[in-house]
Amino acid sequence: MFDIESVRKNFPILNQQIYGKPLVYLDNAATTQKPQSVIDAITHYYAHDNANVHRGVHALSERATKEYEITRKRIAHFFNARSESEVIFTRGTTEAINLIASSWGSSNIKAGDEVLITHMEHHSNIVPWQMLCERVGATLKVAPINDAGELIMEQFDALLCERTKLVGVVQMSNALGTINPVADIIHKAHAVGAVVVVDGAQAAAHMRVDLQALDADFYVTSAHKMYGPTGIGLLIGKEAILDAMPPYQGGGDMIRMVTFEKTEYNDLPYKFEAGTPNIAGTIGFGKAIEYIESIGFEAIEKREKELLAYATAQAEAFDGLRQIGTAREKACVLSFVLAGVHPHDLGTIVDREGVAIRAGHHCAMPVMQFFNVPATARASFSIYNTEAEVDTLFAALKKAQAIFA
Amino acid sequence: MFELRDLYQQVIVDHNKSPRNFGKLEPFNHEADGYNPLCGDKLHIYLQVSDEGLIEGVSFEGEGCAISVASASLMTDAIKGTPVADFEQRFEAFQHMVTSDLAEEPDLDTLGKLAVLSGVREFPSRIKCASLCWHTLKSAVEDSHHVAKTE
Ligand SMILES: Cc1ncc(COP(=O)(O)O)c(C=O)c1O
Repeated sequence: MFDIESVRKNFPILNQQIYGKPLVYLDNAATTQKPQSVIDAITHYYAHDNANVHRGVHALSERATKEYEITRKRIAHFFNARSESEVIFTRGTTEAINLIASSWGSSNIKAGDEVLITHMEHHSNIVPWQMLCERVGATLKVAPINDAGELIMEQFDALLCERTKLVGVVQMSNALGTINPVADIIHKAHAVGAVVVVDGAQAAAHMRVDLQALDADFYVTSAHKMYGPTGIGLLIGKEAILDAMPPYQGGGDMIRMVTFEKTEYNDLPYKFEAGTPNIAGTIGFGKAIEYIESIGFEAIEKREKELLAYATAQAEAFDGLRQIGTAREKACVLSFVLAGVHPHDLGTIVDREGVAIRAGHHCAMPVMQFFNVPATARASFSIYNTEAEVDTLFAALKKAQAIFA
Repeated sequence: MFELRDLYQQVIVDHNKSPRNFGKLEPFNHEADGYNPLCGDKLHIYLQVSDEGLIEGVSFEGEGCAISVASASLMTDAIKGTPVADFEQRFEAFQHMVTSDLAEEPDLDTLGKLAVLSGVREFPSRIKCASLCWHTLKSAVEDSHHVAKTE
């Protein structure tokens, strides 16, 4: 059973005061807090097991390597990848997308080809494709969204054609909360021979992802949005596609044999992991996934739905509040503007009540342009948030309105 | 403890609600853009300087938070009718005020009404909201044609 009090106790950071008020952390779409088990795993690694991986014969290196590779296995299992050799560790979502654009993109996208993304992408799923298109003379196409912040599927279908070589789609929008029908999108993209990159940065902590069922060609995410550390994330790709791709960076670990005449590259996944990796981060990532599994997605989804419904009901009843993003399928995000109060002023004012929200464009400027707002305020929820915290947020919004009345 | 009302003083709330010198200036002989990429604040400043070097008119357009709108409103009010030669000193005095130690009293002789903005010192992430208009006006005065930024 889901016990909110014991969940909250797992996150030591929550137990503090901000300006004399209890911290209400509602910026989970930016990054989630870390449970004690993740913090302990990182400390334990540095206190007991620290060594470089894949290169020592000594005991510590073997221990570090074992932990590192066990984590890869755990992650492969968590996402139901075909094998752990499809799991490549990166710095995060952004680096994973850049890896694909740089390596797969450069060898597969030519002048006249098209890359199709959606209007609700995070900058990290826009800019690398823009750069690639510019470099090779391809065209970036954008599937539009409607006033609720949902992808307009008919228009997506119309834009998808034989010229489309790659589709990039966010599974869950960080600015709107919208959940996209990625299974359907992948199915349609495959019918025209395009490969699909799914940006799971927001989604992976909130819903079960079964990569074999989805048949995603590339899946990317960041540990820090899944209760894990920053600076670590992953790319999971289909083995056949990864095998055919040239390396992204050159260096140690990604080689089998080097002479000045020629280098033989290592097998997957090491071909894409040049240099000493973020070992502690990876181990922390593994613990974060263990934590998610210990609660279970059934409980997580149920709880987060309840909380969003509770917050949405208050938002709808709140005078002068306009929600940005009202998709039927959405999760965990309440993005809004308040008449007469700029989002940045709102951010500052609620902060003094102990409430941490994000104010800004959420690295999705085209979404702001679509809704014709300079910025929004965004409260984003996680498993440790409570109804009482939602009440505190709305009381703080009332305060902000009073200041500007 | 420092209270929100110290930042959002009534003067600031009023200037945000009905900003002075808002809109395009006719005629004008200097202009500049300011942009704060972090929060998306955008500002355009129009400036009319006479042959004798007097700031005859100054106005602004754009969108931003209450601090940035009020700061632009107060700034335009304060410098209208002053010699452009004095601008640099005003600019420095304002910069100093918003970045100085909390204990330091603002220089009321130079800053006058602008001193209500000294509260931003307590809110480091908001200092650039108050200073964007000053950087933009500086670009206009210097005809630098660079989009002003606060960083
Ligand atoms: C939907 C989405 N995609 C990509 C990213 C980028 O993730 P990271 O900064 O961890 O690389 C984020 C993070 O804000 C996100 O929310």
